[in-house]
Amino acid sequence: MRAPAPKYAANDGVIAAARAALGDMLIEATDLVGEINLTVDRTRLPQAMIALRDGAMLQYQALMEIAGVDYPARAERFDVCYMLLSYTRNHRIRVRVTTDEVKPVPSVTSIWPVAGWLEREVYDMYGVLFEGNSDLRRILTDYGFRGHPQRKDFPLSGFVELRYSEEAKRVVYEPVQLAQDFRNFDFMSPWEGAQYVLPGDEKAAPAPAAAPVPPPPAAPQAKGAPSPVTADQVVKADASTKPVKARVTKPKTSDGPAQTGAGKTSPKAGPKPADPDVVKKPRKPVTKAAKPRAKKGDEA
Amino acid sequence: MADYLDEIAGTTSASDPSVGDTEIANYTINFGPQHPAAHGVLRLVTELDGEIIERIDPHVGLLHRGTEKLIEYKTYTQALPYMDRLDYCSPLAMEHSFVLAVEKLLDLEVPIRAQYLRVFFAELTRICNHMLNLGSHVMDVGAMTPNLWMFEIREDCLNFFERMSGARMHHNYLRPGGVHQDVPLKLLADIADWLDTRLPRLFGDAISLVAENRIFKQRNVDIAIVSRDDAVKWGFSGPMIRGAGLPWDLRKSQPYDVYDRMDFEIPVGTRGDCYDRFMVRVEEVYQSARIMKQCLNEMPDGPIASLDRKVVPPKRAEMKQSMEALIHHFKLYTEGFHVPAGEVYVATESPKGEFGIYMVSDGSNKPYRCKIRPTAFSHLQAMDFMSRGHMLADITAILGAMDIVFGECDR
Repeated sequence: MRAPAPKYAANDGVIAAARAALGDMLIEATDLVGEINLTVDRTRLPQAMIALRDGAMLQYQALMEIAGVDYPARAERFDVCYMLLSYTRNHRIRVRVTTDEVKPVPSVTSIWPVAGWLEREVYDMYGVLFEGNSDLRRILTDYGFRGHPQRKDFPLSGFVELRYSEEAKRVVYEPVQLAQDFRNFDFMSPWEGAQYVLPGDEKAAPAPAAAPVPPPPAAPQAKGAPSPVTADQVVKADASTKPVKARVTKPKTSDGPAQTGAGKTSPKAGPKPADPDVVKKPRKPVTKAAKPRAKKGDEA
Repeated sequence: MADYLDEIAGTTSASDPSVGDTEIANYTINFGPQHPAAHGVLRLVTELDGEIIERIDPHVGLLHRGTEKLIEYKTYTQALPYMDRLDYCSPLAMEHSFVLAVEKLLDLEVPIRAQYLRVFFAELTRICNHMLNLGSHVMDVGAMTPNLWMFEIREDCLNFFERMSGARMHHNYLRPGGVHQDVPLKLLADIADWLDTRLPRLFGDAISLVAENRIFKQRNVDIAIVSRDDAVKWGFSGPMIRGAGLPWDLRKSQPYDVYDRMDFEIPVGTRGDCYDRFMVRVEEVYQSARIMKQCLNEMPDGPIASLDRKVVPPKRAEMKQSMEALIHHFKLYTEGFHVPAGEVYVATESPKGEFGIYMVSDGSNKPYRCKIRPTAFSHLQAMDFMSRGHMLADITAILGAMDIVFGECDR
């Protein structure tokens, strides 16, 4: 890995140990972008967590974070990700369960009391229910808020706005009125993966089902360019190549006018063409600072 | 009737001191949301038995601005300034996690000078943050002078930050691939001077007023003791877990950037009370100064950002002369760069503890999900068990030793 991200113990053998400890509770285990993801059976989550905490080769003592993610296209649209940390082995893993709006996830508050607020936040933001959390109230949103704002189908502007009303002498809630429509620009290039039909291109025949697309290249041409390659493939492709030396050893440190030529005409440019709209008036010659400015001390 | 008259007369017996006490019911008071000792907008619904705390229910979210939702609608470059606004007392530490997460997904190499600059200014941020926290902590428990002196130091830090990035608080200085600009040599020389002279003198003076002070100790020693087991179970991090006696520091155990080249010590507490947490922070200031001096000694010359033009925009001077640079500049400031699909959780040691970013990318130019792991969330949640059985006036000491900023807690 080339990026200067935090380095912890190697992932070797962790999946095997987890598979041995979890048995059929483990649905899927992956090692992507240098991080281990375990998808476990939702109904048996607490048992799996205890096994991960107490397993001799695992020892994930602490729960650092619970994050929800929404994938509206899926049948079980929500991911609930638990970031576990082992102090003794200096390692992190991510445990994931999937759920939807109605199926509750068993709470892990009995294992880690810190999960109380973290689950409350996921409930507040996504509407995921946690079975066994005795205090499942909203936490970040307003008192009396409706909806779950981090869901992908919740608009960025929300539904209500509030202001202090001088007539009612209190804060009143009103439907959101935007002076200008919310604009979300589409920056996807039509040549690189835009899924919609281009304007004026409606009559074009759908592209014939061509021969199977060749597999994606090992790495994109440059970092940051649009590419179908996943982050994990990039890391692996980079690991196989030797680290490259920076092309330029001496940086360009000066951006002064001498280098940029700011404020000066290009040396190649000819004389400025006369603009017929401008009437040239002979300018009075300005006498430039005839004598040097007296210093403050000299006046006295 | 006689009992009642005895009771209101307060007749007591030596063998049973509670005889004659008037029975009073518990009552609930509301602390905040606008209270100077709440360090922001915190509302504590506190159930008291006399002056003893029975139960605390912290209400957070009064500063919720929907940062995570907003970031999903912004390109990676546009999302970065939101990080400064999370913990506005240590903005560079927040940026640090974000840029490391993006770089991990891109697998982008960062020049060594940029890594040194990041570490250097992250440590200056730590000093700056601790000045505010230590100062307000001593003020919350009744001392005034050290706070004013530490604000002097903080003012120096903010001036350095202004010379570094042009902004005193919201720097937007770290960028995926490096840092925004190189710093002038004079700034580094001035910080080196400051580290050698003004900081140890002023800070040492300020701490000497409180560290051994009897009143300060009475307010902090043995207040809110947290055992190691509790610290682990409640997901503590940073000075809170070190105060409880666990030598856990992400800069040491999971080094990022050039922290693996740095030589520094991790201070730990022995009792796990508010005084330990205070003193851990005091020692961290000296260790940060030590790291900064090493950075100054070792920092090489070289580029300050990756030369990958698909991620890092070209400098203005180059843009004026090269057509390709102009195209890159335009594309990077409109479309931004694309991050390959994947997900990472990157946590760094912010001055307040483990600050993490869980980033899910779908291969486009905007994050699919950016979950921010605030440090304050787990600490504040433990407020209830930490303050149970203590006096009402200890709330301010406990809160002060937690170091909570609501921009980060509520996001």
